[in-house]
Amino acid sequence: MKISKTIDLTGELCPINFIKAKIALEDLKKQEILEIYLDDGIPIKNVPRSLELDGHIVLDIEKVDEAYRVLVQKEGLNV
Amino acid sequence: MSKFSNEQIERYSRNMVLNEIGITGQRKINKAKVLVIGAGGLGAPVLMYLAAAGVGNIGIIDGDKIELSNLQRQTIHRTENIGMPKVQSAKKFIERLNNDVEVTTYELFINNDNCQQIISKYDLIIDGVDNFESRYLVNDTCVNLKKPLVEAGIIGFMGMATLILPEGPCYRCLYPEMPDRAPTCSQAGVLGATAGIIGSIQASEAIKYIVGIEENLNGRVIFWDGLTSTIHEIKLQKNKDCISCGPKKGKR
Repeated sequence: MKISKTIDLTGELCPINFIKAKIALEDLKKQEILEIYLDDGIPIKNVPRSLELDGHIVLDIEKVDEAYRVLVQKEGLNV
Repeated sequence: MSKFSNEQIERYSRNMVLNEIGITGQRKINKAKVLVIGAGGLGAPVLMYLAAAGVGNIGIIDGDKIELSNLQRQTIHRTENIGMPKVQSAKKFIERLNNDVEVTTYELFINNDNCQQIISKYDLIIDGVDNFESRYLVNDTCVNLKKPLVEAGIIGFMGMATLILPEGPCYRCLYPEMPDRAPTCSQAGVLGATAGIIGSIQASEAIKYIVGIEENLNGRVIFWDGLTSTIHEIKLQKNKDCISCGPKKGKR
């Protein structure tokens, strides 16, 4: 699986982390994959769910040290 | 503004998380050119919310200077600025609120000679004038130049608002001719909060139009009655005999 872009959103609060993920997805083509790092707690609970609501596909969530690594496939339109 | 700075992402985050606005909608807002005619009761909330939302280019027309009696409703102006041109005070307010906004001021009253030239520079026009001559002039000019117009008026506890698109229906479809004698805001009373409510509706309609949210006040007029706290709505039909937006256009 080829990762097209990586963005570290640890330390970012909601909804800024979500918005930065949305902006990062804008630059990707459909079906390309974005790798996101998110903090535990509210960020990991909310951001993947919000991206799914935008129409993207969350392929994988994996705990890496204190953070989470999330793989998102761009499916939705730019919003 | 194709790339947002971290500060801009934070500033506009509550717009950007709205599904109806998003990143794309915020870009449209940041690129929009909006003209606000009148920096008084309606202009104050309009300017405040447009500047806060990050409208990229705001033009303000007003030939008046601030008077003490304005401050009960014209909330962007300050007591220490009495005597200052309203456009200058409005510009100062906006600059302190949001530096992303470029403000152009026109310290004059809109009239037959200047309206075409100024209105043609903007994508969207917001009417906050206090007299019928200007209101009809703004309506007719916007229809002629095919500029969308967020129209509103207030008096006492009451207000109305509608969105006029170039194909109509327009203000003249609602009120074909200017009333002979009508009290203006400078003669009659008006509750400050009435201006706040109606001006905020104008700002909301403006942002929606810029972003492309289709359900709007075009073809509808809402009337706010603050005394009974009720909102009435009427459908506004295009008047086939309208001398502004109808086939008899230009016969006035």
